[in-house]
Amino acid sequence: MGNEEAVFFSRVLTETTLSFHIIYATIGVGVPLMIMIAQWVGIRKNDEHYILLARRWARGFVITVAVGVVTGTAIGLQLSLLWPNFMELAGNVIALPLFMETFAFFFEAIFLGIYLYTWDRFENQKKHLLLLIPVALGAAFSAVFITIVNAFMNAPRGFDIVNGELVNISPLLAMFNPAMPTKVAHVVVTAFMTAAFVLAAIAAFRLLRGSDHVYHKKALFLTMKLGFIFSIGAAIIGDFSGKYLAEYQPEKLAAAEWHFETTDKAELILMGVLTEDNEVKYALKIPYGLSILAANNPFAEVTGLDQFPEDEVPPLYIHYLFNLMVFIGMWMALLSAIFLLGKWREWKFIASKWFRWLIVLGGPLSILAIEFGWWFAEVGRQPWILRDIMKVSEAATTSGQVDMMLILFCLLYLVLGVGSVVVLRRMFRRNPVEKELEDRHAMKGRDVR
Amino acid sequence: MNLEILGITVLWTFLFGYIMVGAIDFGAGFFNAYSLITGKQRVLTKVIQRYLSPVWEITNVFLVFFFVGIIGFFPKTAFYYGTTLLVPVSFGLILLAIRGSYYAFETYGSRGHKGYSFMYGLAGLLIPASLSIVLTISEGGFIELVDGNPVLDYWKLFTSPLTWSIVVLSISATLYISAVFLTWYANKARDLEAASLLRRYALTWSFPTMIAAGGIIYELKKYQPEHYSNIQNFWPMFLISFLLFVGTVFLLYTKRQYGWAFTLLAGQFAFAFYGYGASHYPYLLYPYLTIYDSFTNPAMAISLVVVFILGLCLLIPSLILVMRLFLFDKDYVRGKGDYHA
Repeated sequence: MGNEEAVFFSRVLTETTLSFHIIYATIGVGVPLMIMIAQWVGIRKNDEHYILLARRWARGFVITVAVGVVTGTAIGLQLSLLWPNFMELAGNVIALPLFMETFAFFFEAIFLGIYLYTWDRFENQKKHLLLLIPVALGAAFSAVFITIVNAFMNAPRGFDIVNGELVNISPLLAMFNPAMPTKVAHVVVTAFMTAAFVLAAIAAFRLLRGSDHVYHKKALFLTMKLGFIFSIGAAIIGDFSGKYLAEYQPEKLAAAEWHFETTDKAELILMGVLTEDNEVKYALKIPYGLSILAANNPFAEVTGLDQFPEDEVPPLYIHYLFNLMVFIGMWMALLSAIFLLGKWREWKFIASKWFRWLIVLGGPLSILAIEFGWWFAEVGRQPWILRDIMKVSEAATTSGQVDMMLILFCLLYLVLGVGSVVVLRRMFRRNPVEKELEDRHAMKGRDVR
Repeated sequence: MNLEILGITVLWTFLFGYIMVGAIDFGAGFFNAYSLITGKQRVLTKVIQRYLSPVWEITNVFLVFFFVGIIGFFPKTAFYYGTTLLVPVSFGLILLAIRGSYYAFETYGSRGHKGYSFMYGLAGLLIPASLSIVLTISEGGFIELVDGNPVLDYWKLFTSPLTWSIVVLSISATLYISAVFLTWYANKARDLEAASLLRRYALTWSFPTMIAAGGIIYELKKYQPEHYSNIQNFWPMFLISFLLFVGTVFLLYTKRQYGWAFTLLAGQFAFAFYGYGASHYPYLLYPYLTIYDSFTNPAMAISLVVVFILGLCLLIPSLILVMRLFLFDKDYVRGKGDYHA
């Protein structure tokens, strides 16, 4: 296999692993907080429904966390297996957050084990809830530390290269690089948002499938509320991310926005197609939009692609990834806002079939937005693996067996993906919530139905 | 002690932790699957699942810690090992993924699903075999530099008796460690039937383990004389290890003090493992990589050590909590309360 092929297959394998892992990772970061909130509400209101909600989410969560852990281990090792030259450099400069992540993960794993096996073991339920705090913290900090490494790839800091040698290394400066604040905040908040909307989709789906139990209604209301809050957070942070890009990675923003000429009063281009001579057609154009996004000033100058050599411009299809991610985010914020307004004003249609189907659709859409976002982040950095320092083509392995490994890992992800869905479905189908509420009612001797 | 030695000692300790908890874990999964074939599942499954359930995820972390740590402390390993280990480690990863997820599928999703149990039982047993190849490769001679890039010679690797003795050791040691631990655990759970069956497994796998270990030293003499002569410098450690082995087998054979039997076993493996590690010094990969020429910069090394100490302050109390709740809590071990979500 030639080196070009090794680079190509390494990219495909990394992309496959990340695309698969990120589904489980996002759920893994977001759901513990949802469980915590549900259990807390349950204890405060003394409402068995919320407690059971937390308990059932926790059961499903274990399955997704298992797949998240093993695919996370896979990507962790694949970084060294597929990008050895990059990891040699990264090891010298950005190993610290990677190392911290293992501790966060360790912490989460330990307390998750305890939490799962101590239901009803404590007299005081608040003690049990306390065990969940390290789980949620560990999960969130895993995301924080790993995203810091990704931020470093976009805005490498904390070292100098003199005659090919790394000097003046400062691990902390590398961690707190300019990309870090917006990136970390964006990843964490969208994980919460996605988890909330995925759980909302499940509740809406149960309601559509014949169960009219108030349990699902409570679940839907709670998750839509949380989803709304986090989607507003995501929108605000998204705005800051635009400003970060304009200042530190202008080529990424320009490529995402098909902004070819450096101009002031730049317009924001939505969708559209690109002709062969880079003319934008059929697009919705918002005057001053890009200038506002980039600098909060409609007259600001925004750097265009004309300022960059052609071989350092990322592929222009990232425009669609960027747009779709933003559209889905906006749509989910709107949908949850309408739902909450409807609850408040007692609009009937929010309990109608079509509206519930929209909420169900929101689950997969949110996951898709996460995928679009990561593809945008990664493809938008091309051709660099470490911006301005190392190109992807220089970082890859020279091994000749990457194509075979790609096939094997694809099969693995298929087995894991199908397996996790089958197991989750069977788990909840065998033990429907009505039955479980009956059981708990019998056990506790008071009305929990 | 310099930072290089401190770094490798920390990593070696985590690898040792992984080998011990991993062996217990993987062996238990295998015995569970095996009991399904032989119809002894009634005896074994309960006690095995009682132990495994709350800790499976923790096992994995030891491994992650090791490989993240080695890239942090010794970044050059990424270049040499990263390039050459693509195939063996990918196989290990696939097995690990199947093992971890199907374990969870069986335990939390469909209890008692035979297909899942076989899948994770078998995958678990093959993980030590596939990962142990890294140790073989570290002995050198299997990697050549072609145009400045390291290339692994598969043919030589898979026809070398050294490779296969290490594979055999990894499998038999896994079953041995696991059986001894579970004998103790079952005995603690007052499950005498399971304890007696597991004791028999432990005795069965004790001697193959010792023979395979001896075989490796013999192969090294032919294959890597430099390492072999270093091993001789550490003979007291290997002697102590052997005496501890004798002690374990004696206690098991006379059906006494299973707790001590496991403690001695842990000592046996610790002495052998650290003895082996010390005799490997200073090489990470013969003859290309030593802990000195691959070490990271001082700024990174110091910050890693600081984070490590802070991390331990967080982890050690949590690990103690886990042990108190599940390993040393009589009611839990005996299965008196089931508090699973």
